[in-house]
Amino acid sequence: MSSIAYIIRDGAVVADAWTLIPAAKDGAAVALPPGKLIVPLNVWLAQRDALLERQQALGIWLDSNQAPAELADAINRFALIAVNFPKFTDGRGYSIAALLRSGYGFKGELRAIGDVLRDQLFYLQRVGFNAFAVRADKDIHDALTALNDFSEAYQGAIDRPLPLFRRRSTMASAS
Amino acid sequence: MYKYDQYDQTIVDERVAQFRDQTRRFLAGELSEDEFRPLRLQNGLYVQKHAPMLRVAIPYGLLSTRQLRMLAAIARKYDRGYAHFTTRQNIQYNWPRLEEVPDILADLASVEMHAIQTSGNCIRNTTSDQFAGIAHDELIDPRPYAELIRQWSTFHPEFAYLPRKFKIAVNGAMEDRAGTLFHDIGVHAVRGEDGNTGEVGFRILVGGGLGRTPILGHVIREYLPREHLFTYLDAILRVYNRFGRRDNMYKARIKILVKELGLARFSAEVDAQWANLKDGPSTLTQTEIDRVAAFFIDPIYETIADVNADFEKHQLENKAFARWVTRNVFGHKKPGYAAVTLSLKKTGVAPGDATDAQLDAVADLADQYSFGEIRVSHEQNLILADVKKADLFAVWQQARQIGFATPNIGLLTDIIACPGGDFCSLANAKSIPVAEAIQRRFDDLDYLFDIGDIAINISGCMNACGHHHVGHIGILGVDKHGAEFYQVTIGGSQGLEAALGKVIGPSFAQDEMADVVEKLIKTYIALRFEDEDFLDTAKRIGLEPFKASVYGKKSGHSSSELANV
Repeated sequence: MSSIAYIIRDGAVVADAWTLIPAAKDGAAVALPPGKLIVPLNVWLAQRDALLERQQALGIWLDSNQAPAELADAINRFALIAVNFPKFTDGRGYSIAALLRSGYGFKGELRAIGDVLRDQLFYLQRVGFNAFAVRADKDIHDALTALNDFSEAYQGAIDRPLPLFRRRSTMASAS
Repeated sequence: MYKYDQYDQTIVDERVAQFRDQTRRFLAGELSEDEFRPLRLQNGLYVQKHAPMLRVAIPYGLLSTRQLRMLAAIARKYDRGYAHFTTRQNIQYNWPRLEEVPDILADLASVEMHAIQTSGNCIRNTTSDQFAGIAHDELIDPRPYAELIRQWSTFHPEFAYLPRKFKIAVNGAMEDRAGTLFHDIGVHAVRGEDGNTGEVGFRILVGGGLGRTPILGHVIREYLPREHLFTYLDAILRVYNRFGRRDNMYKARIKILVKELGLARFSAEVDAQWANLKDGPSTLTQTEIDRVAAFFIDPIYETIADVNADFEKHQLENKAFARWVTRNVFGHKKPGYAAVTLSLKKTGVAPGDATDAQLDAVADLADQYSFGEIRVSHEQNLILADVKKADLFAVWQQARQIGFATPNIGLLTDIIACPGGDFCSLANAKSIPVAEAIQRRFDDLDYLFDIGDIAINISGCMNACGHHHVGHIGILGVDKHGAEFYQVTIGGSQGLEAALGKVIGPSFAQDEMADVVEKLIKTYIALRFEDEDFLDTAKRIGLEPFKASVYGKKSGHSSSELANV
């Protein structure tokens, strides 16, 4: 067996029970191993029925150029949606996450995968990610501390929808 | 001006701690150069030719004297005793040491300042009209809205890794002194659908910009009720973040996306996103608008006559003072008051540069004569916004002593220039020596006044930090087989009638530039009608006479009409 992979989920380092299926040219040709799978979009589109018959929690991952709209009708079939960051400077995944949460109401695990690094975790958390597959060569426990880089934020986001100005005014009137 | 409360202070303090740790990890080898680069850029730190360059945010150009003195102290302590004001109302230090930058940020935080998002592919410092709040042609004070946008954009989690940088400018006056047509988003504060009656709202422009592909912004929404400001900005940014090009940095600005999609389709995408966000938790409240607006109330002006006898007398008796008043004093909404522009364009000094001693002296002037506030203009000058006319003579005398009283605001020697190849690693060519050569050529004040209003803008490369496209005469540094050359444009302008200059022909060597400008000016002088200014003359006569003056017969046109030049 390969060594256990660890991720950050809901503010803690935990062992990961999911298997990520890498991107493949032909989604129909990808064999589905046993266990909880995170499949690429084209595998889902090509093997939808087979995946739904597995009686297993199902995960899917989107690349940064793929649209949440592709999942719209099936969004609640997924226990987990992962969003890939090909490079940490590719910021499309932030908007994808925010859309999945607020536009499509996704409530399951939203996981950042790919080039996921400590110094982006705070923002990733704010736009709705609750799980982070920190790049394997980095210290995941070190990365965990970044979730607390800031105690305040001006704008509303997924983690705290009310912007500071709405909380500020209640605090002022309460005092 | 805006004052931090515990929340604002906590946010900048936590930023300092975060960057201190990031710098430590970079120096310890835990962060690679590629991993550290966006982090330092979002704290204003570039790696330049000689040393790092630190760009500090001056939100919408407004400073207290306490802040200005800190900027002077930083120049003294961490730099070589001077700093450079930029064309986006910020200030730059050219010689800080990387290891000391966290300490500089801590010093800035102690006076409610920061370097947050002054660089990088994120929402940059919000800019506005340097005469906001006092301008005689102001409809709505833009500063509360600029501050609201500053707060909304600061650490916006969704938009920290955009395809490219993103600049927002806010204007509330009849004239557009904020360059809103040349920003990724331009915000015009207006009253009601017709602009004059009704509730304050915004006209939103999108997709303007200079740089490699200069484009004027398009109106995407004629009237946005003010409560929707943030949700609508969020919608625009979300469309840009998802669909802006990331394959080619030269095509990554929002202007290219708007151009490629067309305004109608882009606007439809924004509306689709806005439908998700509109009336949501980020909807702006009246309470918040009132809270922020309360920081921008008028200072306690004295009730005084508009005409001051001493001031009039000094102008009659002292020609130098009168000249300075003509060029450097701007009308004020309050009787008996005026705004003063301190010129940072003295010949021999790089445009926008100031020493620590000069900054301290300006702080003293502001404390004594202008309610302790200073503004920075995007023309790289400093403004004392609320000076009594009775004090103007004293202000002029003191400004002269520090070399900030050159009577050239709006004149040929009030050159806008980026730092250029002397400092910037992006530049193709130097800017500062060209500015200086032109200033030296036009050293006769009578002649300068006769030439009148003219903007010469110099950029050392396509990135157009010197806004060369909108200079009446624009000068762009280009690389020609490894040598520094300069391309000249004519007819650009900023403001509501903004226009992009047109290239007159092949580029010139650095040592030709003063001659070239002189010939262009002589052409104008020869062909203008009475008081016609350079821009109007250029519009009327077109490029040909200018071309003929600098290229001779090469342009294919007779220069006989210039026989009397």
